[in-house]
Amino acid sequence: MLSVLKAAYSGGAGKVLKQRRICTLSWRTVVVALALLPAAVGAPPTDSMEQRVQPCIACHGEQGIDLESGYVPRLHGKPAGYLYNQLVNFREGRRNNRAMVIMVSHLADDYLWEMAEYFATRDVPYPPPASPPANAQLATRGRILATEGDPARDIPACQTCHGERLTGVLPNTPGLLGLPSHYLAAQLGAWRAGTREAAAPDCMHAIAERLTGMDIQAVSLWIAAQPVPADTSPIAGPVAEPPMECGSVPLPGQ
Amino acid sequence: MSMRMSYLLTLVLAGALSSAAAQPAAAPEQVARGEYLARIGNCAGCHTAPGGADFAGGRAIDSLFGTFYAPNITADADTGIGRWSADDFWQAMHNGKRADGSAMYPACPYPNYTHVHREDIDAIYAYLRSLPPVQQQNRAHELSFPASARPLVSLWQWLFFKPGSFQDDPSQTPAWNRGAYLVQGLGHCSACHAERNAFGVSRGDGSAPGARIRNWYAPSLYSSAEAGLQAWPVEKGAALLRHGKAEEASAMGPMADVVFQSLQYLTEADAMAMATYLHALPDHDTEPAVRLLPVRQADLPAVMQRGQKIYEEHCQDCHGRDGEGSLAAPALAGNRAVVLADPTNLLNVIRDGGYPPSTGGNPRPYGMPPFGFLNDVELAALATYIRTSWGNAGTPVSSANVTRKD
Ligand code: HEC
Ligand code: HEC
Ligand code: HEC
Ligand code: HEC
Ligand code: HEC
Repeated sequence: MLSVLKAAYSGGAGKVLKQRRICTLSWRTVVVALALLPAAVGAPPTDSMEQRVQPCIACHGEQGIDLESGYVPRLHGKPAGYLYNQLVNFREGRRNNRAMVIMVSHLADDYLWEMAEYFATRDVPYPPPASPPANAQLATRGRILATEGDPARDIPACQTCHGERLTGVLPNTPGLLGLPSHYLAAQLGAWRAGTREAAAPDCMHAIAERLTGMDIQAVSLWIAAQPVPADTSPIAGPVAEPPMECGSVPLPGQ
Repeated sequence: MSMRMSYLLTLVLAGALSSAAAQPAAAPEQVARGEYLARIGNCAGCHTAPGGADFAGGRAIDSLFGTFYAPNITADADTGIGRWSADDFWQAMHNGKRADGSAMYPACPYPNYTHVHREDIDAIYAYLRSLPPVQQQNRAHELSFPASARPLVSLWQWLFFKPGSFQDDPSQTPAWNRGAYLVQGLGHCSACHAERNAFGVSRGDGSAPGARIRNWYAPSLYSSAEAGLQAWPVEKGAALLRHGKAEEASAMGPMADVVFQSLQYLTEADAMAMATYLHALPDHDTEPAVRLLPVRQADLPAVMQRGQKIYEEHCQDCHGRDGEGSLAAPALAGNRAVVLADPTNLLNVIRDGGYPPSTGGNPRPYGMPPFGFLNDVELAALATYIRTSWGNAGTPVSSANVTRKD
């Protein structure tokens, strides 16, 4: 029985975790700092989000990392609304990843929102882009899908929602830069197969269904090879005239 | 024969009462009480699928006998229980009989709900009917033979099920009685916390070990060395039930689900009542749930040294050099979850990490990172170290126990 757990949790994570000491502990400093602050008397000590998200940081570094079991994406700097949607989606079974489900399955909306905001407000440099696809036809198809879309097949350009610079649009649309092509392709594939869902109406499901396998490869390779602009912050948004409606979960308290 | 007769009778009655929609609307207080009671019974924990509509069913419930799919219990006439009368609903909760007279699998914990008074069942009924009906077809259970043969469930009921009739014990306090009523009835604690035989029946005496559920071990409530609350102040027990955390103890795995979905909604008085009853249960030594393969005495010093090294590298920043805990992590010294005879839960927590439930009393819990990268030998050494250091008197865990399947 326990070996099932083990199998589900690939050894790959270990290698990464081992290299980065998991707990670059700050709570000691926080406790000391709070003890020195008379104003903090009565306030819950160690009251930092940084300490509370230690388990997350064990996997989600400032840069995404590749594990044997899959790619652990970077969370830093992504729109809070987007991150919050994902956390709720894992909890409610619209997205499936064993480790993520274990993390969030008993966490309430307010707390998930706080975690989302914590990561959204971290600013970290993006990794350098991958080299462009060698196949010129693929590269062209990828560029066309991302910047113009394919009106004949009712595929809107990725830019219309993900932003001119593809760095995302507040509040709910993530940037697509700084992600490896295999992660992008895996997400689009998961939407097509129904193993990743977003809150209804699930626009990405509709789009992914219209893409061929070749399209997915092309657009993922092209996006992964785009240079990262100096300003990587998401556009203020919301998307002005979205070509189709995209759902999102209600914010806590709504 | 007489059983058959009563089936027929129920069928006829079901037909006669099927226009339940014509019933008078329930009073708002009754609906509100029903909502509270449905939470304590955690009906949604099974009857609401993840991300699905409330009470519309579809959640998979794994068991030894196969997979059950909880049915739709919204008021939809065609796919839910919209045609059920209050009497039909009482028959289901109290006697395990569906409106068509067939027997219900005890996967729905009616062997516990049978202890619930009629007025409380009626309140749950009123609450369910106050919600919007959801049209969602039930999914057939996927069970192996003979469990798949529903008629055999009647035989099971005849052999093993006795409808309850909960009576207050006048020699006990009102709090104790309220606690006994909630723990035995709606709380269905024994559905997880008591070992079951091949017929899914628990032995009912306090010396039985706890039970396995979803790769976790639900320890016995009849032993203060397991999950029993006999040795704790009542307030601490009540806090654990309601907040999912009390001092060094926290609800984990399936228990965290129970607290998150259900027990956090207990009124303080009801939480105290449950803890009062559990505190007063007899305190037994339970039979061990597993037999650990012994670690050779000669190997122990090396194992402990290895365990200590891993602990110092990965754990002590949060849990303290001597397992004393910190504001951001529970104490491991003197923590019974660590020394529990069955190390399953301990190993689950170390491998997978996780957060205790975020509840009204503990809204922003600290979490434990996953350490799934440790191999079996490292895990066994680490587990042995924390189970036998700082005054902890647990048994060593061999790597064979870490790998073993059960
Ligand atoms: C054991 C490693 C692990 C831990 C610990 C972990 N995650 Fe994840 N997380 C992942 C993986 C792997 C994915 C990608 C899943 C997929 O491909 O669908 C992911 C995905 C996510 C996503 C979606 C990102 C996106 O761009 O779509 C969010 C948000 C997230 N995690 C937040 C968290 C938070 C918050 C925590 C702590 C409470 C946490 N994670 C802890 C491994 C982990
Ligand atoms: C109609 C608006 C819209 C268009 C057009 C659109 N997207 Fe999206 N996309 C979204 C939204 C909204 C999300 C966030 C979904 C969620 O909450 O899970 C998203 C998420 C994604 C993600 C997940 C990112 C992550 O970190 O996991 C990928 C990959 C993606 N889109 C790729 C594309 C590509 C490629 C195209 C063009 C072919 C495209 N999208 C066009 C709205 C759009
Ligand atoms: C541990 C999971 C679980 C919990 C908790 C649970 N149920 Fe069930 N319930 C089931 C399963 C599984 C069935 C199907 C049994 C069968 O097919 O005989 C069921 C059947 C029923 C039925 C019969 C429906 C039909 O169409 O046959 C009713 C009514 C019902 N449950 C009500 C409740 C109420 C009310 C509660 C809370 C007080 C509750 N259940 C809690 C799992 C659960
Ligand atoms: C779905 C199965 C399930 C149900 C129902 C359930 N429990 Fe548990 N419980 C567990 C498991 C598994 C554990 C072990 C994990 C842990 O320690 O949190 C546990 C642990 C406990 C503990 C010990 C916690 C500690 O840290 O020592 C107590 C006390 C407890 N449960 C009380 C109850 C009570 C009271 C009820 C009924 C209201 C109940 N449980 C219902 C599965 C369950
Ligand atoms: C970032 C801080 C942190 C680190 C590092 C850490 N833990 Fe934890 N640990 C926690 C928190 C917080 C909990 C409470 C989580 C819960 O109960 O679900 C916990 C819970 C536990 C529990 C369950 C205790 C109980 O009463 O339920 C055990 C056992 C445990 N940790 C062992 C370890 C071991 C062994 C290591 C090193 C491999 C370790 N921890 C590293 C923070 C940490």
